[in-house]
Amino acid sequence: MNNIDLHKHNTNSYKINFEDERVDGADKVTGKAIYTAEYNLPNMAYGVFVTSSIAKGTIKNMDTAKALASPGVLDVIYYANCPKVPGYLTNAAERPKNVSEWRGHKVLYDNQVRFFGQPIALIVADSLENANAAIRLVRAEYESQAFETNFDLVRKDASKLKGTVAYKRGTENAFKTASAFIEAEYAIPAEVHLPMEMHATIAFWEGEDKVTLYDKTQGPKSTQTTVARTFGLLDKNVRVIAENVGGGFGSGLRSWANVPAALIAAKKLNRPVKIVLTRPQMFSLVGYRPQSWQKIGIGADASGRFIGISHEAISGTSRYEDFREGIVNVSKFLYACDNVDTKYSLLPLDMSTPVWMRGPGEATGSYGLESAIDELSYQLKMDPIDLRLKNFTSVNPENKLPFSDNNLKDCYAYGKEKIGWKNRPTTPGTLKENGWLIGYGMANGVFGAGKGSASVRALLNKEGKLTLECAVSDMGPGTTTSMTIIAAAAMQMPIEKIKFKLGDSDLPPGPSQGGSGTTSTVGSAVDLACTTLKQNLKDLAIKLVPAFAILKSEAVEVKNEMVLAIADPNIKITIVDLLQLSPDKQIDLTIASTGKTAEQLKFTSNSFSSHYVKLAVNPKDGTIKILQVVTTGDAGKIISPKTARSQMIGGVVGGIGMALTEQLEMDHVSGQIINASFGAYHVPLHSQIPPTDVWFVNKPDVNMNSIGAKGIGEIALIGFAAAVTNAVYNATGKRVRDLPITPAKLGFKGKV
Amino acid sequence: MYMNPCLFSDARRGFLKKSASVAALYFTPSVLVKTFAADAIVPLPIAKEKLKFMLNGKPVSLEIDARTTMLNLLREQIGYTGTKKGCEMGQCGACTIHVNGKRLKSCTQLALNHQNNQITTIEGLAKGDQLHPMQAAFLKNDAFQCGYCTSGQIMSAVTCVREGKATSRASIQGYMDTNICRCGAYQNIVDAIVEVAKSGAKI
Repeated sequence: MNNIDLHKHNTNSYKINFEDERVDGADKVTGKAIYTAEYNLPNMAYGVFVTSSIAKGTIKNMDTAKALASPGVLDVIYYANCPKVPGYLTNAAERPKNVSEWRGHKVLYDNQVRFFGQPIALIVADSLENANAAIRLVRAEYESQAFETNFDLVRKDASKLKGTVAYKRGTENAFKTASAFIEAEYAIPAEVHLPMEMHATIAFWEGEDKVTLYDKTQGPKSTQTTVARTFGLLDKNVRVIAENVGGGFGSGLRSWANVPAALIAAKKLNRPVKIVLTRPQMFSLVGYRPQSWQKIGIGADASGRFIGISHEAISGTSRYEDFREGIVNVSKFLYACDNVDTKYSLLPLDMSTPVWMRGPGEATGSYGLESAIDELSYQLKMDPIDLRLKNFTSVNPENKLPFSDNNLKDCYAYGKEKIGWKNRPTTPGTLKENGWLIGYGMANGVFGAGKGSASVRALLNKEGKLTLECAVSDMGPGTTTSMTIIAAAAMQMPIEKIKFKLGDSDLPPGPSQGGSGTTSTVGSAVDLACTTLKQNLKDLAIKLVPAFAILKSEAVEVKNEMVLAIADPNIKITIVDLLQLSPDKQIDLTIASTGKTAEQLKFTSNSFSSHYVKLAVNPKDGTIKILQVVTTGDAGKIISPKTARSQMIGGVVGGIGMALTEQLEMDHVSGQIINASFGAYHVPLHSQIPPTDVWFVNKPDVNMNSIGAKGIGEIALIGFAAAVTNAVYNATGKRVRDLPITPAKLGFKGKV
Repeated sequence: MYMNPCLFSDARRGFLKKSASVAALYFTPSVLVKTFAADAIVPLPIAKEKLKFMLNGKPVSLEIDARTTMLNLLREQIGYTGTKKGCEMGQCGACTIHVNGKRLKSCTQLALNHQNNQITTIEGLAKGDQLHPMQAAFLKNDAFQCGYCTSGQIMSAVTCVREGKATSRASIQGYMDTNICRCGAYQNIVDAIVEVAKSGAKI
């Protein structure tokens, strides 16, 4: 089995327009890009979960005899026969030194049921058909316990809250002293990531203490570490491959039940095991945006200057794990305000654990804050853009550091013009077109722009082709493309001669793809690797080529696949010829790029966005039709304009879902999710998407990193839902404060 | 010889001793169901069935488990993984293929229902090194991000133009509502389809 080619390398020979198309695009339009579940290893078995039909309780007995007797079934693994997993041991003293406790639900470990749909057994069979057929043959007897899944009900009992964190700057509740203020509550239901590719793991033990995993993960290194710590293995003996990731939006930021279950089964049966979740399981086993409640108070003086902001939030988590995110963060720093207080608490429920979903807490918080500012603008009889301009700040009022760059004013100017803001009615509900009520709305988004550490290997071979490697992943934004563009710019060489490899933990360490940090972190590392490579080429030329011998390296440059003297372009040598002269015939180097420098840390860095929506509401039935969207981003230099535009468009689509259609629905009698399918949980479809105009400030943020680029994944979505709800208010005069907005919430009753 | 397979046939699915108790599994609120009605089902060996069809212009002949869907046959047994699994409920469109020139969601189809049919998958669109015009238009318009729904979008997009539905953006959007893209590339997908339709290329 050791001879298996672990990578199914793509072998496309299609021509790509490298100036303008995704470098891996041809693989994706021809079906040749390989995703996790698509590797077929010899002798591979299929694992499927049997899931609980109660929300909370104890499994008293599990009868697996009939399932075991079913054709092709190899094993039924559950708490009574599950091999020991070192990281499942709850007592730290019992765990070996190199083992950490598995975070989250320990699948197949004990007889406790913690949420409806929890995996209680894994059926392993020789075919998917045989595995699926055995699911209903497993008989479980439960002792049920009382459970809580009703967020709206339970959150009102303060004794049920935990983990409260408060923040105060200036005076608490100062907004109440302002001449104009509003205080309102905003609610967001749980929403689900639902990447089109379902989570999947294939585990294959190459030896007693060496394993290879194909896993749908946003972080091959993070999964490697998790698996190594859980199973007590050396990092180097755990290889995680995720060459292509079919979306994630956060669900791939940690390992879920499918990972240990596949590892356990593959070890127990001594053969590769593949587990692919079902679509309904994608609703309950790989996280979700937690349901939340917020109360925001905001007040301003007559000129519109903010006097105080109070922001309180509660979000749901599981009973067995705390998940918290940055719901109240934006209120602390996006606008100038001396008096800000926030309070954030968790509400444990008998559900599975939530996880960051695109924009994460900031998207939740911005919906509240940007709605409240809109409400305040009407009370002040002030244009909502003017109100935001009035409170613009170039210094972060929370940490008092200057923003490395903040070009929101440019975004306002562009968005206002492009959406036709001058046509916006100042009195809501007064503009009609073709019998429909018309409204305009806008809102801002902001997210931290980080720069972490990453290593990159650069291999320049004797043919002058450059391969770059980093163990990051690409779940869709086009990381492979933008890293190739950065390298091409740094090396001044054609894109088609560069290959960027990712999605394999054996490559030099890189970050998980999340929190809009990939371009900044890995891009800076690619840039550093290329700078180092150029220096090596210059040094080689000076050392090996007589014409260069008298030159200092500052007098030499690398471009167009040549090394040249800056002052005399006749002194030159091609990279290929130069490498021929060198002892190694190639350059192979690995660099480590670290986080922000002391100079960069004198600033606070964020990406900003500002979204504009024009929509129509049918006055007869409350149907909402988004007519036009303008979305603007301030994210430093835009490395790959085409893929960056696509990311912004995608954020708008996600934001439309958040505002108008998406809602995880629970039956609180049984504790189960009742809309776990695309048929019942409505993500936006083709016909719901309006023409969207994307604009970037596209100004390098020189205080941020060497490439001047910040992330856009989150800001594409953050704030968008508020732009929609603000436009609905502008159209109708009705303020809906719990998402999604439906005709019923606008006061229209459907036909019975 | 072709026998129309029936999903609920006793021989292929095990037979039900107490059909009433199985029905209860579906209709009783699950909180009340302390045990599965598993006693009722006695598993029987699964017969292999012969299947012949044309796949991307080449004959395929094999013996399969009668319960195999066309999607799982393509992906797990034939190794054509370009056709994607997104829900197995006929709701997302990632598994769209062409059957005798018409689009069909392959997850909803038992493979045995396609005896002697002409099946085209995403792997069958390009001619040698030459991308199909719709594939080229998707690439040019960046009509995808993660690429996972892309095969299905392209298969639907091809029949959209072929069936004369690409007459306006609204008409295209209506036809394409069968195909979900969670990355949200919809606008670029419609741009790609409009471009191909306008070009008049025979697809």
